[in-house]
Amino acid sequence: MRMSLAHRRWVWALRALLALALLGAGGAVARWGGAYLQRLVILFLINLMLVVSLNLFTGLTGVFSLGHVGFMALGAYTSAILTLPPALKAVNLPDLPAPLSNVTLPFLPALVAGGLVATAVAFLIGIPVLRLSGHFVAVATLGFLIIVRVVLINAEAFTRGTRTFTGVPPATTLGWAALWALLNLYVAMRVKGSALGLQIRAARDDPWGAQGVGVALGRVRLVAFLISAFFTGVAGGLWAHFLTAFSPNAFYFSKTFEIVVMMIVGGMGSISGSVLGTLLVMGSTELLRNLEPGISIGSITLGPLYGLSQIGLAILLMLLIAFRRQGLLGDREWGLEPIAERLGAWWEGRRAERVSLRVRKADP
Amino acid sequence: MVGPAVLELHEINAAYGAIRALRGLSLALGAGEVVALLGPNGAGKTTALRVISGLLRPTHGRVFYKGMEITGRPPAFIARLGLIHCPEGRQLFKNLTVRENLILGGYRLQDPARERQNMEQVLTLFPILKERLHQPAGLLSGGQQQMLAIGRALMADPEVLLLDEPSLGLAPRVVEEVFEALAQLKAQGLTMLIVEQNAEMALGLADRAYVLEAGRVVLADAAARLRENPDLVRIYLGR
Amino acid sequence: MQTLGSLEFWIQQGINALGLGSQYALMAVGLAMVFAVMRLINFAHGTVMMAGAYIGWLLLQRGTPFPLVALGMVLGAAALGIAMERVAYRPVRGAPDVALLLNSFAVAVLLENLAILIFSPRSRPFPMPEILTQVLHPGGDLFLPSIHLWALGGALLALTALALFVTRTRLGLAMRAAAENPTAAQLMGIDIGKVTLLAFAIGSAMAGLAVLFWTAHVGTINPGMGFEPVLKAFVACVIGGFGTIPGAVLGGYLLGALEIFLQGILPSGVVGYRDALVYAVLILILLARPGGVLGYLEAERV
Repeated sequence: MRMSLAHRRWVWALRALLALALLGAGGAVARWGGAYLQRLVILFLINLMLVVSLNLFTGLTGVFSLGHVGFMALGAYTSAILTLPPALKAVNLPDLPAPLSNVTLPFLPALVAGGLVATAVAFLIGIPVLRLSGHFVAVATLGFLIIVRVVLINAEAFTRGTRTFTGVPPATTLGWAALWALLNLYVAMRVKGSALGLQIRAARDDPWGAQGVGVALGRVRLVAFLISAFFTGVAGGLWAHFLTAFSPNAFYFSKTFEIVVMMIVGGMGSISGSVLGTLLVMGSTELLRNLEPGISIGSITLGPLYGLSQIGLAILLMLLIAFRRQGLLGDREWGLEPIAERLGAWWEGRRAERVSLRVRKADP
Repeated sequence: MVGPAVLELHEINAAYGAIRALRGLSLALGAGEVVALLGPNGAGKTTALRVISGLLRPTHGRVFYKGMEITGRPPAFIARLGLIHCPEGRQLFKNLTVRENLILGGYRLQDPARERQNMEQVLTLFPILKERLHQPAGLLSGGQQQMLAIGRALMADPEVLLLDEPSLGLAPRVVEEVFEALAQLKAQGLTMLIVEQNAEMALGLADRAYVLEAGRVVLADAAARLRENPDLVRIYLGR
Repeated sequence: MQTLGSLEFWIQQGINALGLGSQYALMAVGLAMVFAVMRLINFAHGTVMMAGAYIGWLLLQRGTPFPLVALGMVLGAAALGIAMERVAYRPVRGAPDVALLLNSFAVAVLLENLAILIFSPRSRPFPMPEILTQVLHPGGDLFLPSIHLWALGGALLALTALALFVTRTRLGLAMRAAAENPTAAQLMGIDIGKVTLLAFAIGSAMAGLAVLFWTAHVGTINPGMGFEPVLKAFVACVIGGFGTIPGAVLGGYLLGALEIFLQGILPSGVVGYRDALVYAVLILILLARPGGVLGYLEAERV
C-alpha cells in the first residue's frame, strides 16, 4: 500500500513524537523515579526481551518452545561467571577450571558471550528438534529445560549447584536494559517484516505449500531459533547482573509460565502485542503479589495468600485459551499507519473546508 | 411417495466456513422407499447426509425424522433413534477386528441377544466377513471394507439407512455384489437414502431420485423416468 | 550394598525397578487414556495425584482407618479428574494441540498453588501403616522394601482389571472406538462425552493408586509433589508407545528399569546427571522413533 507523501510525513511525525515521549519517560524515571519504580522498569525491559524473543520464534514459526528459559539460564550463568572478579571467584567457585578462573570481562562482552553460548546450544539442539511439531516439540523443548536445570545443579564447579550464585556485579542500569530491549524490538520487527519473516510465517501457516514454493523449512526455522536464543541469553545476562544473586530455581517452570502467559496475552506472533502483554501481566502480578501478605476487608483478614499471583496467571491463561486464543493483537502489529491515515484524512478535510470558505467569500 | 414422510429436509442451508454447500435443499423420504441422491462432485450430496445425521449443523432450515425435529441434535442422539449413517470413506475402526466393528455397530441396541441375531444375519448377507471375523478391519480389501461398513450399519437395526457412496473406489464386479446385497435389503423393506456417483447403479435400485447441483435440487422424479431423462443422461452419464 | 554385578545386586535392582516401574506404569496409563480419547497431554495429571495424597492425609487426620484412606485417595483422585474434565477441558475441546497443552499447564499451576494456599508449601509427613513400609530381609544382603511388592501387586491387579475392561466389555470397546475414530463412534450412538469422562475417571483413579505407593515410599507429601511424576509418566508413555495403554505400561516398567540401572551403574561423580540422561533419551526417542518401543503413532514430521 503506497502512502502519499502527506501520509508518510504524518508517520514520521508520529514516530518522532513517540521517540520523544519514550525518551522523556525514560529520562523522568531515571531522574525522579524512586528505586522501586526503576527496578520495575528494568525488570519490565528484561521480561520484554524474553517475551519478544520467544514470540519471535514461537509466534512466527508456530513451533512452541517451552525450553527458552534454558537459554536465559545459560546466558545468566555464562555472563556472571565472566564478570565475577577473581577474588570472588576464588571464594565462590574454587573449582572453576583454568581459563575461566583467571578471566574477567567487562559487562558488554560478557553479555554478548552469554548470548553466544545460548546461540551455540540452540544450534546444536535446534537442528534435530525443530523438525518435530505440535505438542511433541513442546515437550521435547521442555525436556531441554529440565536437562539444563539438571546440568546447572550438578556442574557445581561452574554454578555452585543449588546454592545461590552471589556476588554478581550490579552492572544492569536502566540505560543498558533499554538499549538492549530496543535493539531486540528493532531486530524482531525487522525480521518479521522481512522476506525471511514472510517465509517463516508461510511455513507456519502452510508447511507443505511453503515447501512447494521453495521455502527451506528447517533453515528458516533455525534462523529464527538462533536469533531468539541469542537475545534470550543476553536477557539472562542482564537479569543476572540486575538481581546479582540467583539459583537454578529461577530458570524453571514459574518463569516459563510467566513468559508464556505474557506472550499469549499480547498475541502469538505480534511483537507490539508482546509489549502490551508484558505490561499488562506484570502490572497484574505486581498487584496480586502486593495482596499476597493478606487482604483486610473491614474486620476480616484473609491471608497470607501465597501463590496468588500464580493463580491469577493460571486463570488468565485458561480464560484466554477458552475465549480469546489470539490474545490482544493476534498476529498483527499495532502500527502508526492507521493513525497517520486518519490524521491525514482529518487534515485534508480541514484544508478542503478552508478552501471552500475562501472560494465562497470570493464569489458570493 | 406414499404415506407420511419418515425423513424430511426443509430449506436446508449449510456451509463449511465461508463456502456454501447447501442452498435451500428440501427433500423427503417415505417409509420403505429407496431414494437416490445424485449429482456431480461438490454438489452437496455428502453434506446433505452429514446434516441429517448431525455431523454438520445447518445454518438454516429444519430436519424432521418420524415427525420429530432433529435439526442440530448431536450425532450420537440421532443414531440412537435408528437413523443410521454409513459415511463416505467407510470410517471403519481399522485397528479393531471385523467382529469388534460389528459389535460397535449394534452399540445403540444395548441388547446382547439382538446383537447376536443381527450378527448372524449380517454374516449371512456377507459371508466373506465371517471368514475374516477376527482380523483387523484395516487389512480387508476395499470391497470387503464396504461390506463391513454396511454390515456395521445394519447391526443397529436401522429404521432409515443413509449410505454415502457405497461404490466409491470399488471394482465394477464388486459394485454389483454390493448393490445385490442392497437389493436384498430393499426387498426386506429397509428404508434407504443413497448418495451415489454411479447414477446407473443407483437408479437401478432406487424408487425415486433427486439430482443435486451446487447445493440445491435441480431434478426430482421417479427413478424409472429419470433413467430416460435426456438432461440427466447427457450430464451425468456422459452419453 | 551388594557388590556390583553379583546375583544379589541384580535381584535387588530388579525388585527396585519393578516397584518403581509399577508406580510409573500406573501414572502413565492415566496419561495415555486421556490422550487416547482427547488428544490432550494432561499436565494436570500430576496435580490429580497430589490431590489424592492430600485427600488421604485429610482423612487420616480424622482418624479414618487406613483401608478407607486408601480407597478415599483413589476415589478422590477420580472425582477431581472428572471435575477437571467438566470445568477446564470440555469447553476447549477441539482446540489445537498446543492450546490444550497450555491449558493443562495452567490447570496444573492453578491446582498446585491452590494447594499451597490451603495447605502451605511445606512438606507434611504421611504416616503409613507398618505393613506398607517395612523392609524385609529375605537373606544375604537383600533389602526388600515391602512397598515395592505392594506396588507391583497393586499395579498388576489394577492393570489386569483395566485390560479386561477395555477388551472384554462393550463400554471398554466403545472407549477404544472413540479413541480411534470419534466421528465414526458417534455415528454408532456412542456418547463421546461420557466416554471421555470415563477415561478421565479411570485414569485419575490410577493416579490415586500410584500416589498411595509413592507416598508410602517417600513418606511425605507437598503441593509440588505431582510435578515430577507427571513428567516421568510422559517419558514412560513416549518410550513405550505414545497414547496407548500397553505402551504406557511397558514404558513405565522400562523407565523404572532405566532409572534404577543408571542409578546403579553411573559413577558417583556423574550420577546426579541421571535425570538429564533420561530426558535426553526422551528427546532421542521423539526424534528417532516417535512411536516408541511398540511403534504406534507417527509424530507429525514436516
